[in-house]
Amino acid sequence: MKIIVCMKQVPVKDSLLKITDDGSWVHETDLNYEINESDHYALEEALRLKEAHSGEVVLLSMGPERVREAIKQGLAKGADRAIHIDNSSFTTQDPFVNARVLAAAIKREEFDLVLSGLQTDDYGSAQTGVILAENLGVPSATIVMEIQKQNGGIKVKRELESGWFQWVELPLPSLLTIQSGINQIRYATIKGIMMAKKKEIKALGLSELGLSESDVEEGQTGLVFSKIYVPEKTKKTEIFEGDPREVAQKLADKLKNEAKVI
Amino acid sequence: MDYTEEQQMMRDTVREFAKNEIEPVSAELDEKAEFPAENFKKMAALGFLGIPFPEEYDGAGMDTVSLALAIEEVAKVCGGTCLSMAAHISLCATPIYLFGTEEQKKKYLSPLAQGTSLGSFCLTEPGSGSDAGAAKTSAVLQGDYYILNGSKAFVTNAGVADTFIVFAKTAPDEGTKGMSAFIVEKGFDGIVVGKKEDKLGVRASDTHPVSFENCRVPKENLLGKERDGFKQALITLDGGRIGIGAMAVGLAQGAMEKAAAYAKEREAFGKTISKFQAIGNMFADMATEIHAGRLMVHHAARLRDKGKPYTREAAMAKLFASEAAMRATKNAIQIFGGYGFCMDYPVERYWRDAKLTVIGEGTSEVLRVIISREILKELA
Repeated sequence: MKIIVCMKQVPVKDSLLKITDDGSWVHETDLNYEINESDHYALEEALRLKEAHSGEVVLLSMGPERVREAIKQGLAKGADRAIHIDNSSFTTQDPFVNARVLAAAIKREEFDLVLSGLQTDDYGSAQTGVILAENLGVPSATIVMEIQKQNGGIKVKRELESGWFQWVELPLPSLLTIQSGINQIRYATIKGIMMAKKKEIKALGLSELGLSESDVEEGQTGLVFSKIYVPEKTKKTEIFEGDPREVAQKLADKLKNEAKVI
Repeated sequence: MDYTEEQQMMRDTVREFAKNEIEPVSAELDEKAEFPAENFKKMAALGFLGIPFPEEYDGAGMDTVSLALAIEEVAKVCGGTCLSMAAHISLCATPIYLFGTEEQKKKYLSPLAQGTSLGSFCLTEPGSGSDAGAAKTSAVLQGDYYILNGSKAFVTNAGVADTFIVFAKTAPDEGTKGMSAFIVEKGFDGIVVGKKEDKLGVRASDTHPVSFENCRVPKENLLGKERDGFKQALITLDGGRIGIGAMAVGLAQGAMEKAAAYAKEREAFGKTISKFQAIGNMFADMATEIHAGRLMVHHAARLRDKGKPYTREAAMAKLFASEAAMRATKNAIQIFGGYGFCMDYPVERYWRDAKLTVIGEGTSEVLRVIISREILKELA
């Protein structure tokens, strides 16, 4: 089974974020980065599928030079090789554009399965995976909790709302977006770390992907990223203290005259 | 100091493992004085127990700097686990790597590097610690076997080890020149592991006396040549001191991190105690000494990796880092105040664990002898 894992590098979860003056994004210079959480689970799932059914795991990551650090971590954990798309020249927040670029890279490969995380921990749009499937012309399933290989395809468990789950069958090739927590992520072994440097990381640019500048232009899909800001406090909490009888009276008064709900 | 990409990745992996797997159990293992058998299995699987050995002997093919980085990360969360790991690698597997025959390396080093067997080092005796040359354990060649008799003390990992490096006199009248080293398996007739020591610190490491009562050791288990034992012990301890130095740095760093988290939370007189100059000064001293200790340890490690002499530098690194760890862990308790004095809070454990580092593998006093001897030789 040949599996391509789409993996993004995102700021470490508890980072102190400072928004840039123009409100377009956060200052990246002081940030530490890590593998996006659900992508990490996707990688682990891919490694487990490979161990069970043999095959190859190829990492695909888009981002600036720093992304190679995450790629090497993935290679140290057992991925066989990697593709790095340096997007320094066309960074965009548009999942449609990102999916188009990823698809161009994946189309150069033969694959049975594409796995990605459910969503990224930075933008959290949860769209790149499904748009990517559409670009590749393969079926997809989202929020996947379990994967079972069957003759000619796979059967996956999807998480729905309120504790409900759904089993769906898909043919191969197909694409799955993986929910966090579906397995236990392994540590890299020290031998794996030492072997990682011998593994291939193929760097691809737009021209190698057969794409032009206009293909990755911002705003072409109508999605405009206007401003990033810290949520403003609009609600006020009031705490009444004192004799329960008086407090109840005050509360009733507030609900009636201020909130106007009774 | 620059570290390779592999060293940084390895350090991050050990750090992650230490935080997730070792730290949650370290207080309990300390209280129960229990060896972390489960974690050693996991560490073995990840390759932590074979870091500095070549791949042909199932090691990771890394170097002494890498080992120091790994040891520091483990010490940051558990001194006991760290000491067992350091002794296994530096005191048992390393002398086999340095002095063993090809057969010995295949038979003993590979499983030690894989962590499928654990190792111990038997040099100190009840009546001889710093004066290792005064050891009384004897080895007499009879046919195809050496017959070992005598007692060893404070043997780390003794209760869990499969392989022991044992120093014994093959020429009892010749002092240090009469000592030889042997690889002894736990299953050999006549090796007796005594009652476990109840220690002040590093309680998760497993320490026992070991005695040899007509213990039969095949003559092919002689390590290197007869009478080379004392020299081998000194070379082994030179390397071991880099490990104990790294352990001291890790303990100090771990205690400082705990103290910093507390000082930034605890309030007195209307502000967090981290804002008081007296507390700030403690952090400044701790951080400076930890930094200096780490540089010294890594410098000694780098010399060793380059095949240059490092006896003096390793002794200095261990001396400085271990005494700095005593000061840092003492101050960490002071920052925690009354809570620091209670066993429910972790910093007192760091202080108890740090005490090992000024004693084991050369006391501070012996290290000063070594350093002054080396310096005066050069300056004469």
